Amino acid sequence: MSGVEIELRGVTKTFDRSVEAVAPMDLDLRPGRVTALLGPTGCGKSTLLRMIGGVETPTAGSVAVRPKPRIGFCFQEPRLLPWRNVLRNVGLPLELDGRPRDVCRREAQRRLEMVRLGDAAELLPAALSGGMRMRAAVARSLVADPDLLLLDEPFGALDEVTRFRLDEEVATLVREQSITVVLVTHSISEAVFLADEVVVLSPRPARIIERYEIPFGERVASLRGTEEFARLQASIYACLRGGMMEDER
Amino acid sequence: MSRRAGVFAAVWPPLLVVVILLVLWELVVVLFSIPEYLLPTPIAVGRTMIEQWPRLIAATGRTATATLAGFAASAVLGVVAGSLLSLVPLARRGIYPLTLLLQMVPLVAIAPMLVIWFGIGLPSVIVAACIVSIFPVIAGTLDGLQSVDAGLEEIFRIHRVGRIRTWWKLGLPWSIPSVITGLRIAAGLAVIGAIVGEFVGAYGGQHAPLGAIITSALKQNQTSTVFAAIAMASALGFLLFGLVNLGGWILLRRWHASAQ
Repeated sequence: MSGVEIELRGVTKTFDRSVEAVAPMDLDLRPGRVTALLGPTGCGKSTLLRMIGGVETPTAGSVAVRPKPRIGFCFQEPRLLPWRNVLRNVGLPLELDGRPRDVCRREAQRRLEMVRLGDAAELLPAALSGGMRMRAAVARSLVADPDLLLLDEPFGALDEVTRFRLDEEVATLVREQSITVVLVTHSISEAVFLADEVVVLSPRPARIIERYEIPFGERVASLRGTEEFARLQASIYACLRGGMMEDER
Repeated sequence: MSRRAGVFAAVWPPLLVVVILLVLWELVVVLFSIPEYLLPTPIAVGRTMIEQWPRLIAATGRTATATLAGFAASAVLGVVAGSLLSLVPLARRGIYPLTLLLQMVPLVAIAPMLVIWFGIGLPSVIVAACIVSIFPVIAGTLDGLQSVDAGLEEIFRIHRVGRIRTWWKLGLPWSIPSVITGLRIAAGLAVIGAIVGEFVGAYGGQHAPLGAIITSALKQNQTSTVFAAIAMASALGFLLFGLVNLGGWILLRRWHASAQ
């Protein structure tokens, strides 16, 4: 369950033969760890994530994910089917895999309890707040017991308080289950809070500027107030800003 | 606002317009002394409706049978055809423009051919109703399937779900609002198709449907009968439209803005 290893070799992605989203890139991600791909908006980090998830094929190079994982994907938007209640939305990945209905319901309910949405199972997405919808989307991404979880700026559209709370929930969930996680974000504090390693990317086309090991163990809310957290944030900010300034020159 | 008050608020403005138009119509005919064979008064039409009620209601039942059968056929075939056109891009490019012919060919011109092909009676009238009403259903289904949210489609792609299953679990439910829009237009057209089909393809006499009553009354200058039959056909159209709206409301009320 914790053994997914990701290896990118000379990976590039060019759209419409002219828009280079990802410059040739080598990247190794170790199993059972949370890696944040951090970069400015539009730098190609989501494209990188989608290539890891197999949704996008690289223009050149290779992406190896070993062993073949069960992937959970959580997007920038909740992407819930509006005609299905929350329970059936969360159970959708299992249903699409052909699992029996009672298993889908049971597992979906269990994941809903995990994200504190147990009481909302029978509601339609329209009846939920933005934060609740995102929590349902997180529950859906975890329902099939993924060994690789890909998070594409999942809480980018939420207010900061809700976002912090969801970050804390996700940090606990993925560490409890030792899932390999790749998180795409443009929030430095989110990257430092959630990840074991932060990979800082340049503006488009994405290339690696720097990699930071994050030394924290347990991720609790109080971590954000520590000196070490602020120091790491400042250091990553300087790196990111340097990359952007260089690009502007 | 209570539901009853809501229904009243929706119904009274068009009802008032109808009453005003009927009063104006009555006044124009009386003031200008227009003979009844040219334009009967609404009161004369109402009198005819009362006098011929058993015949008219039986005729409306026959026309309703053909209309409902034609409408049901166009609903089923339209959704199937729209889905196939969406699933097979080559067919969409090759066949979809040709389906416009269903809109453009005048039914009056092909109705006699339908009689030759399907014989006099119900089958040719059903086919006429179906031909006239199927295009909006095809277009509505295709539009709905073509506009499925790309993000939701991606979820199905990630799970490597086949096209047919994606159509069933995502495309079809997503398309319900635009299919309902197509069916609303089709409801009125199906009545028109059935009436025109009955002009040439229905039995007259005791078992005449509304279309046949209109043609025979026209020949005998019984204009108020013509208007009475038209009123019944209009009521049938409204009823079918209302049923489609009700079905749409039941299906969409919990999750789609158009039904809330």
